[in-house]
Amino acid sequence: MSDTIASPPVKHRTPAGHRFKHPHLLSIEGLSREDILYLLDRGEAAVRLSREQKKREPVLKGRTQINLFFEASTRTQGSFELAGKRLGADVLNMAVAHSSVNKGETLLDTIGTLNAMQPDLLCVRHNQAGAIGLIARKVNCAVINAGDGAHEHPTQALLDAMTIRRHKGDINELTVAICGDVLHSRVARSNIITLGQLGAQIRLVGPSTLMPSGVGDMGVDVFTDMDAGLAGADVVMMLRVQRERMEGSFVPSEREYFHFFGLTRERLLAAKPDAMVMHPGPMNRGVEIASDVADGPQSVIREQVEMGVALRIAVMQTLIEVQDRGTSATIQKAVGGLA
Amino acid sequence: MNDLNPDPPARPASIGGPQPVLIENARLLDPSNGLDGLGHILLQGGRIAACDLGPLPGEPPSDCDRINAKGLAVLPGLIDSHVRIGEPGAAHRETFASVGAAALAGGVTSVIALPDTDPVIDAPAMVDYVRSRASASTDVRIYTAAALTKGLAGREMSEIGLLKEAGCCALYHGPYAMQNPVVMKRSLTYAKDFGSPVICDTQDEALGTGAMNSGLNATRLGVSGSPVEAEIIPLERDMRLVAMTGARYHAAQISTAGALDVIRRAKAQGLPVTAGASINNLTLNETDVGDYRTFMRLLPPLRTEDDRLAMVEGLSDGTIDVLHSAHNPQDVDVKRHPFSQAGHGAIGIETLLAAALRLHHNGTAPLNRIVEALTAGPAKLFGLNAGTLGVGMPADCILVDLDAPFVVDPEVLHSLSKNTTLEGARLEGQVIQSFVAGKASWHAKLGG
Repeated sequence: MSDTIASPPVKHRTPAGHRFKHPHLLSIEGLSREDILYLLDRGEAAVRLSREQKKREPVLKGRTQINLFFEASTRTQGSFELAGKRLGADVLNMAVAHSSVNKGETLLDTIGTLNAMQPDLLCVRHNQAGAIGLIARKVNCAVINAGDGAHEHPTQALLDAMTIRRHKGDINELTVAICGDVLHSRVARSNIITLGQLGAQIRLVGPSTLMPSGVGDMGVDVFTDMDAGLAGADVVMMLRVQRERMEGSFVPSEREYFHFFGLTRERLLAAKPDAMVMHPGPMNRGVEIASDVADGPQSVIREQVEMGVALRIAVMQTLIEVQDRGTSATIQKAVGGLA
Repeated sequence: MNDLNPDPPARPASIGGPQPVLIENARLLDPSNGLDGLGHILLQGGRIAACDLGPLPGEPPSDCDRINAKGLAVLPGLIDSHVRIGEPGAAHRETFASVGAAALAGGVTSVIALPDTDPVIDAPAMVDYVRSRASASTDVRIYTAAALTKGLAGREMSEIGLLKEAGCCALYHGPYAMQNPVVMKRSLTYAKDFGSPVICDTQDEALGTGAMNSGLNATRLGVSGSPVEAEIIPLERDMRLVAMTGARYHAAQISTAGALDVIRRAKAQGLPVTAGASINNLTLNETDVGDYRTFMRLLPPLRTEDDRLAMVEGLSDGTIDVLHSAHNPQDVDVKRHPFSQAGHGAIGIETLLAAALRLHHNGTAPLNRIVEALTAGPAKLFGLNAGTLGVGMPADCILVDLDAPFVVDPEVLHSLSKNTTLEGARLEGQVIQSFVAGKASWHAKLGG
């Protein structure tokens, strides 16, 4: 964790008595500001757990968590796995990216099979937007969206918010510049909503070919010039750019992208002196971010990874509690639907 | 790279900058400043030091060369914005030096070179190459339009930002319209971020393969026809994409009444659209193909007389912003074929002004509009520091006898290729002297 950035006390906490009622975490859209603050606060507690020598609080002992990644992932899957294990759950990683799906099984058949194994938690990533919501309607356990296409990646946005809050104390009225391939980014979409709910001024920075149509109506300011977009920013959030999109289809070349949109030390000077540099990983050094910035004093990229585990612990605890309270009409309905 | 080109011709080195020049009793004709009347112009230190109606107030510089124009016209140096040069890749057709000589003899002091050379100008290093080769070869200012997509293949956009930083003045796609609308949309979107104008030729490659304008003439000659729709359909699509992206779009070579209507509507809508036309399409028509004259095989093809008249009206009313020569040097290896197998294109940079002045002499277009479309029009469009007699601007101007008659003799034209559409034509309007940065870079051999 970077020690050079001061950590003021957190201003906004969950209002007393707030109850999280959602059976799944499918998206940030639909969560209230209080829901978001609730998860961030629980995440803080989980940071303490993760930093202890014995990192176990076996509240999920005997429960089954299945990580179902239809899209290859190392860090996010590892983060979910570690979070489950720290809570004492039995964690099963299904390598679906290489298995039955390739043999022609439909998504819903795969899900039906898994559901028969009686999991309590499903953490799912899929390359198609809306696929996780479809799955959630067909199972009788809690589902966490670990990223669906270019739709949402809610745990990433929450861990980003946690990281920002730990450094800045309050997200309200911070200027956050989200830079790069917004068009294909679920991270950007979830962050726009999360940070927007928490009162941040959001800027999107990148070439117009990587901006989704109508994004200006999401309450953000759009910049096609990096220096203008970074001017006075409190937080600079870089997005990963897929290399195959930089061969002329969306961007002419990697070198042109880095020249105009890469985060360099010089460019970063346009932001506030204490601006945080973030990246959801994995990074393309020398494409969207220069190495000295990624490894520099303003970077919190490693800390984001740490917050990822803590935040996912918080989300799992919360959803299992909702499940145990049996308040969810949705789950009951889903059970009925499967019968 | 050196293998591609002959050595640049030796040029006299100017010592301490050119001598100041004062032209007096000249008809100053500068649409950018609304100037048309007798006056003076002083070229000093490479810039226009004074230019106004009436005599020069005060004393001229003691060492200056005084020219009494005796009523001849002084115009801003012309800008020819649609020029093909053989370098790199086809230096037997035209070099920077030969096109420079032709340009200066025709009063053209700025040229926009198109990137469809071999190799294609689609990378920053290629822009550097053109700029350095050109400036070592000729006094004429040669700007380059870079390829909008890599290799002009219409699949992947080129390094539009880096190309602009390298000094290209625009991006170009041609000679046929972009086939893929997704590539077109993304390229326009990206180009807009960098403020680069996009020059497009709008002939559809599939519909526009015919060797001449579709219709009775083509049918009688038994030659495949290219319908006007081949030009209009891609243009209409592109107008939609411009409305969607907000990119600056220049339809460089329209030739039909229908395309003019599309441009008029787009302009009325407030779209950032401009139009250019080859002088060929304003001064010639499909009947000039005559007995299969391959020098009249052009792209876009020569159209009907009605289209030509509509084009002249489009120039007069400002729908057409830019006139150019569509200079396209082609050797006999390409032109000495049956009509449909011959390559398209004609030279024209040296005769551009005189050909355009036909429209003035026959009273069909105002002189002011003709000159504007050759000077201030393209300068504004492509952001060139040229096309004006404004004080302080680079001293690029020409001294012209607007009425002097001559007969076009291909053998005296400076271009390495002789494929002119005007062989034997009687034109009026001779360039007496061309100045670039205040230097007399060309002087007509009077009586010779």
